[in-house]
Amino acid sequence: MTVDSIRDGIVIDHITAGLGRKLYNLLGLENTNVPVALLTNVTSVKLGRKDIIKVDAPIPVDYDLIGYVDPGATVNIIREGKLVEKKQIDMPEMLVNVIHCKNPRCITSCEQELAHKFRLSNREKKEYRCIYCETKVALL
Amino acid sequence: MRSVIDVPDLTLEELDRLMDTAEDIIARPDQYSERCHGKKLATLFFEPSTRTRLSFEAAMYELGGNVLSVTGAGTSSAAKGESVADTAKTVSCYADIIAMRHPKEGAALVAANNASVPVINAGDGGHCHPTQTLADLLTIRREKGRLGNLTVGLCGDLKFGRTVHSLITAMSRYEGLKFVLISPEELKVPGYVKNDCLIKNNIPFMQTTSLEQVIGDLDILYMTRVQRERFFNEEDYLRLKDSYILTPEKMKKGRPDLCVMHPLPRVNEISIAVDDDPRACYFKQVLNGKYMRMALILMLLKEAGRI
Repeated sequence: MTVDSIRDGIVIDHITAGLGRKLYNLLGLENTNVPVALLTNVTSVKLGRKDIIKVDAPIPVDYDLIGYVDPGATVNIIREGKLVEKKQIDMPEMLVNVIHCKNPRCITSCEQELAHKFRLSNREKKEYRCIYCETKVALL
Repeated sequence: MRSVIDVPDLTLEELDRLMDTAEDIIARPDQYSERCHGKKLATLFFEPSTRTRLSFEAAMYELGGNVLSVTGAGTSSAAKGESVADTAKTVSCYADIIAMRHPKEGAALVAANNASVPVINAGDGGHCHPTQTLADLLTIRREKGRLGNLTVGLCGDLKFGRTVHSLITAMSRYEGLKFVLISPEELKVPGYVKNDCLIKNNIPFMQTTSLEQVIGDLDILYMTRVQRERFFNEEDYLRLKDSYILTPEKMKKGRPDLCVMHPLPRVNEISIAVDDDPRACYFKQVLNGKYMRMALILMLLKEAGRI
């Protein structure tokens, strides 16, 4: 299988196999009109199987969202056909409007303008807690 | 701007200092009667309350200050859909300090993030209620002479009882504590309290459904009400509301120096006959709450440079 190399854009690599489509949807890539390739179950020396997303356009990247979905992923920034930056993604300390608090007693349930903020509470368990009501969510 | 949303916002040293101030207010009330002259406390209570609001207001009056009061969401701009953030910004223009109670968890944090004066959380839904904890800590220190090396029993609604969550969080910072958590299966302490507070800090605790079996082991028995307003389902409330009723009969099994506490209001979980037992400390707790709120108002106004 061959996918053209990209000139100006990003490659999200080393995505845990099975999470590529989720990330593709959460990043809103289905709504863009730029060239995007989602490769699933690609052979990987490091992971065995992995997913890859290639975007051939210099779109803004939500690193927090990528870190929340798959902290093991890497993001390669490509400019004029060359790799200019390689970022190892980690779990963000704070998630802002990435996920929404589902606690009906939380202040965010009735104040629509309020940002939904989750603080990393347990790195080992990959747990986040709402800063307002402490409702827990685990990583996807 | 320094606010107090939860007990961990205060260091152990600050807690000690607040308790020392409260003791000094009790000993020398005249020395404090004009400390807040010309200052205004706004009490914003969007949820029913008798003692907490009156306690804050009495505290401010006894410090020589004045009070602006909003009671009930229906009588304020919240009824028109005003956000907590806008309310906090607006009230900051009128008052030197705000005490706020709100049914939604995290509302006090939103207020603190937007106010330009200190905000004290007077209860945010089932989340936390730090000034009740200050009252509890002073009561324990005055009754037992210490805050460490105690076996503390918490009984009733440990799931939605915000006073329970705040008290466990606060006391977990002292040495030699052991907790006995007495509740129906459905009303056990939430995971974040058990895991992040007790297990994480290696604090011994046991969970049981029987008050009678453990009452003889306790230094402190902290009773709580099963709160109708926290249930979405009336049937569940009716089934659980009478789970524990402390009677003179059960008190016979308690130690002679047992200290019985309750954040009040009670419904029927402590029978009135227990009130005459010298081990009943819940009305002392009410009074201690006022002194601790006075100490807290003084501390925050001083830090804000307003007195």
